[in-house]
Amino acid sequence: MKENYSGIWIFAEQRQGVLNPVVFELLSKAQELKSVTDETITAVLLGSGVSGLADELIARGAERVLIAEHEALSVYSARPYQQALTQLVERYKPSILLYGATSQGRDLAPRMMVALQTGLTADAIDLGYDEDGVFFQATPAYGGKILAHIVILEKRPQMATVRPQIFDPLPPDSTRRGEIVTETVEVAGDGDYEVLACAPKPEGTQPIDRAALLVSGGRGIKHETDFAMLDELARLLHGQLASSRPPVDQGWLPHEKQIGQSGTTVKPAYILNVGISGSVQYQVGMQNAACIISINHNPDAPIFGISQYGVVADYRKVVPAIIAEICKRKA
Amino acid sequence: MKILVFIKQVPDTEDVKLDPRTGNLQREGVKSILNPLDANAIECAMQLKARYGATVVAISMGPPQADAVLKKALALGCDESCLLSDRAFGGADTLATSYTLAKAAEKIGDYDLLLFGRHATDGDTAQTGPATAAWLGIPQITLATSLDVRDGWVVCTREIEDRIETVRAKLPTAVTVCDTINEPEYPTPKNIMKALKKPRYVWNAADLGADTRLTGIPGSPSSTKTVFEPPKGNTDTRYFEGSPAEIAVQFVDMLEREHAL
Repeated sequence: MKENYSGIWIFAEQRQGVLNPVVFELLSKAQELKSVTDETITAVLLGSGVSGLADELIARGAERVLIAEHEALSVYSARPYQQALTQLVERYKPSILLYGATSQGRDLAPRMMVALQTGLTADAIDLGYDEDGVFFQATPAYGGKILAHIVILEKRPQMATVRPQIFDPLPPDSTRRGEIVTETVEVAGDGDYEVLACAPKPEGTQPIDRAALLVSGGRGIKHETDFAMLDELARLLHGQLASSRPPVDQGWLPHEKQIGQSGTTVKPAYILNVGISGSVQYQVGMQNAACIISINHNPDAPIFGISQYGVVADYRKVVPAIIAEICKRKA
Repeated sequence: MKILVFIKQVPDTEDVKLDPRTGNLQREGVKSILNPLDANAIECAMQLKARYGATVVAISMGPPQADAVLKKALALGCDESCLLSDRAFGGADTLATSYTLAKAAEKIGDYDLLLFGRHATDGDTAQTGPATAAWLGIPQITLATSLDVRDGWVVCTREIEDRIETVRAKLPTAVTVCDTINEPEYPTPKNIMKALKKPRYVWNAADLGADTRLTGIPGSPSSTKTVFEPPKGNTDTRYFEGSPAEIAVQFVDMLEREHAL
């Protein structure tokens, strides 16, 4: 019976003892949801030797931290994590369970859906209660051309993976108080799955989703070599180079640089769009940037509709002038 | 080795629009295509077949017209196809879909490797692969960017966030593949001819021994309440005008004012 389920749970994804920043974003959103239903906010922390992270979770908005530690949980693997989390959910019966739409969250959550026989919304970009008081998850479909409100009416918990970089985290507040509960779980190690090696990606392919400033080029960039110019501008501004889909399809930039529905969602303080018209698929990936600046020769480009600052001009003339002006002022 | 490749017919996303009056998806005149990432899964199976020898079965759940993508899979070199089609499968979310796919895998039996595209371009959920693995109780590797089979294990690389992982899982296992894993081939006229002679099965719920309380709408805990177009931007944009040098001065002034410099 769904009436027996209450509370908002956040899966406190950690790797090598470091919490994924999306956990703080979800705790912050949970505080907003709580203002409607007054449900308790619980962060669920699985791992081995991770109990020291509980204070950080409380400082970021968790009212209770459930910790389950086990040697088989020291490195993430889908089946042991699913076993542990299923036991906790069956014990406590939360009404809502949210995961970051990270590689780990998206690996684990579908198995939880089957284990718990409940609903799971993928890649939500908003959560809330509609006019009927029903919890909904807003999610893009058809490459971001359409937004759908998904509801899970009867089964509990109501689950969703939620895109990183959508909600603002609460600043850490060490005066917050919360309960820390340690639970035991029975977990069998997975002998059929093994991480053999793990290496950082080569230099220059650092993720764009945590950069404070991005210079992003699109279909309007005529030559591969022009990206060197955009890269120079990005470096001068201590930012990173990014792109929309066409330059990646051209093979000019790796997929890691791609912003948008089929790439990465970003939320930098500043984004400079150069030669980008602003398809829905692109906007979905960057519309939460604090300051959007766009250069495009077409005054009707949709990107200007979400830009605070605009330049209608040929980037090949304007960008070198901007680079020269910055160098002049820095000298 | 027996490889099952799970594929889906999707609307061409370029064509998708909402009916401005009803707010529903316009289906008329929308082209249906093979989910582009599923072509990578098929190509992956073909490369394994060429290297080690394998029987490759393409499986799709959908209405009778979804057989078109299975024909394409056969023309690309798959050996057999199974269309899972029944009114009782309609309106399925990823839980009900993965149950139905798992029942098909059980019916076929003796499978070694289940391959899926990373996600389908219509729902973008990326859930069906891992969920099918969960129903079958087998391991999974998601987001594979390379794949090989060695001594009864599938070995993959995964390029995730800031790192590259090499992982292995014991067969039978399910793998979802990224579009960077390979370049899909096109069907050749010879293979299109050959495809006509290959076994093609159509199975309904009874054929699968599926519990219809777990398929279609009854088996789907989640449902779509409303669909709408994302709101269009209407920000007041401040434009910089003049010669490139004049624009550059205003532009860099703005960067300083906004503390971007």
